[in-house]
Amino acid sequence: MSDTIAPSQTPATERAAAKSARARPKRDLNWGRIGAWAVMGLLLIITLFPFYWMLRTALSTNAELVKGSQTITPPGATLLNLKQALGLASAQEIAAAGTETSADINFFVALRNSVIVCTLITIGQVIFCSMAAYAFARLKFPGRDKIFFLYLTAMMIPPVFTLIPNFVLVKNLGLLNTFPGIVAPYFLMTPFAVFFLRQFFLGISREVEEAAILDGAGRWRIFRQLIIPMSAAPLTTLAVLTYITAWNEYMWPLVVGDSDGVRVLTVALNAFRQGTPTIAPPWAPLMSATLLAALPIILLFLVLGRRMVDAIGFSGIK
Amino acid sequence: MSRETKAAALFLLPSFIGFVVFYAYPTLRGIYLSFTDFNLLRNSGEWVGTRNYQAMFADALFWNALWVTFKYVVINIGIQTVLALGIAVLMHRLTSSVVIRGILVLPWLIPNVVLALLWMWMLDPSLGIVNHYLNTVGISSQAFLGSESQVIPTLAGINIWRHMGYTALLLFAGLMTIPKNYYEAAALDGASEWHMFRTVTLPLLRPVLALVLVISVVGSFQIFDSVQVATAGFGGTPGGPGNASRVMYLYIFQQAFEFYDLGYAAALSVALIVLLVFVAAIQLRLLRAGESDLA
Repeated sequence: MSDTIAPSQTPATERAAAKSARARPKRDLNWGRIGAWAVMGLLLIITLFPFYWMLRTALSTNAELVKGSQTITPPGATLLNLKQALGLASAQEIAAAGTETSADINFFVALRNSVIVCTLITIGQVIFCSMAAYAFARLKFPGRDKIFFLYLTAMMIPPVFTLIPNFVLVKNLGLLNTFPGIVAPYFLMTPFAVFFLRQFFLGISREVEEAAILDGAGRWRIFRQLIIPMSAAPLTTLAVLTYITAWNEYMWPLVVGDSDGVRVLTVALNAFRQGTPTIAPPWAPLMSATLLAALPIILLFLVLGRRMVDAIGFSGIK
Repeated sequence: MSRETKAAALFLLPSFIGFVVFYAYPTLRGIYLSFTDFNLLRNSGEWVGTRNYQAMFADALFWNALWVTFKYVVINIGIQTVLALGIAVLMHRLTSSVVIRGILVLPWLIPNVVLALLWMWMLDPSLGIVNHYLNTVGISSQAFLGSESQVIPTLAGINIWRHMGYTALLLFAGLMTIPKNYYEAAALDGASEWHMFRTVTLPLLRPVLALVLVISVVGSFQIFDSVQVATAGFGGTPGGPGNASRVMYLYIFQQAFEFYDLGYAAALSVALIVLLVFVAAIQLRLLRAGESDLA
């Protein structure tokens, strides 16, 4: 298996490849090429339109939506739904708009919870998995390959399989509906993170390290002062991927953290859906809440998009 | 113990604790639980031998869950792979623009829960934009998530929409490893695009394609979030209409956390893991994933 997973392409080789693709002799514009671009354009529209529709609905007056308005711009454009999702609208305003729900989304609390959970998971995973990855990539010790193989096997276990025993464990430890309980299974390691970083550490030249050893530097100092600074790019990529994965996580926090104080955004959104009336549902506030839940990821992606797109080569498979 | 071994032990310690406590131990405990009648309310259980497994084989809902999941996987993977391959080849031919790749991969980054709610709205039988557009071209409104025959294809469609760009990117990375001169040689011979795709791209991409297929099939068997959210409507229970979308993950989840029958749920998840190993092994064998035609 490991021989089929190549280390991810670095941005440099990617860019070089892109350059050589551009350098290829340009073929004459032909109908095939125009057709191909048309298909590509259609794909981009299909991908982006639902996000536009989410935005458009979030800004619409709910009463217009319930009447069946399908205008491309938001009918009766308003910020009230966003205010409601953020918990800033008054009860009278909500009643006037007819968008009451039995469960308030408590957006800021859920946002805070998501940020706490994702930050803890990301910090823990990046630190502990980079330590493990360094040991697997660089240190010699008995049983190294066997332990690494075990870690890899854990990557194949479907999450639902460990969900039940982990739930019992967290419950017996009295950690249900606490942040430590939600964070615990992801805090110390995920097999993917160890595997991902090991691939990069294997690629770092040994010579620098050997010079440091001759100077009498210990392994910990080498790791902290040489390896970590040299691996800023892959560490950032892993941190972002970890953060997004944690942000999107649903099944585990639903099981161990479905109470007001600790609900993360995905679980809070589901609670909001459950508290929504079936007749004339308040689609506009609901879409506002989903938009707000997706927004941090979209912003993160706008800032770090290139790095992440480049990272989704073969190391991106999970 | 050598100095290096001691250092390694310290470096490995935190992750090893995580591995033992949250991967190895629960895996063994899950297998053990499947032979007990562990109940969540009692928080205890007795050894019952293979009773859960016997019950499972006699359980019509278990077979239903398998069948529903199987239908979902076939539709999802079949269409998604063809589309992703097409998109990857398109990108390879037209552009390696980061913006285009970024847009195509965007849905994959957004939480499933968010997308499930969004598609619930867009596919709403009376107010949804999709039915509105269907009506304008003369097709009557469809129930989609509310229809027994349409719910699984609809969920597969949502997932295809979410994953096609991401899968295309993986395949695109594979296409970049095919040496250019193969195409140049084929072009000199006057080969058509389709001919080049069949004789150059497909055979050389095979190891990558095999890996992507195995991973997406295994992932596809694990659909949960979107079913749990999108098939429940407002305030309803997920898995419907009837049992039409009660996939394996959802059935395991409901046995464990709605009926509190952890022992039975554990037996179901053992069955799922056996099935997944079996499916992955068959695929790797059929696709000869380990060999490369490039070597």
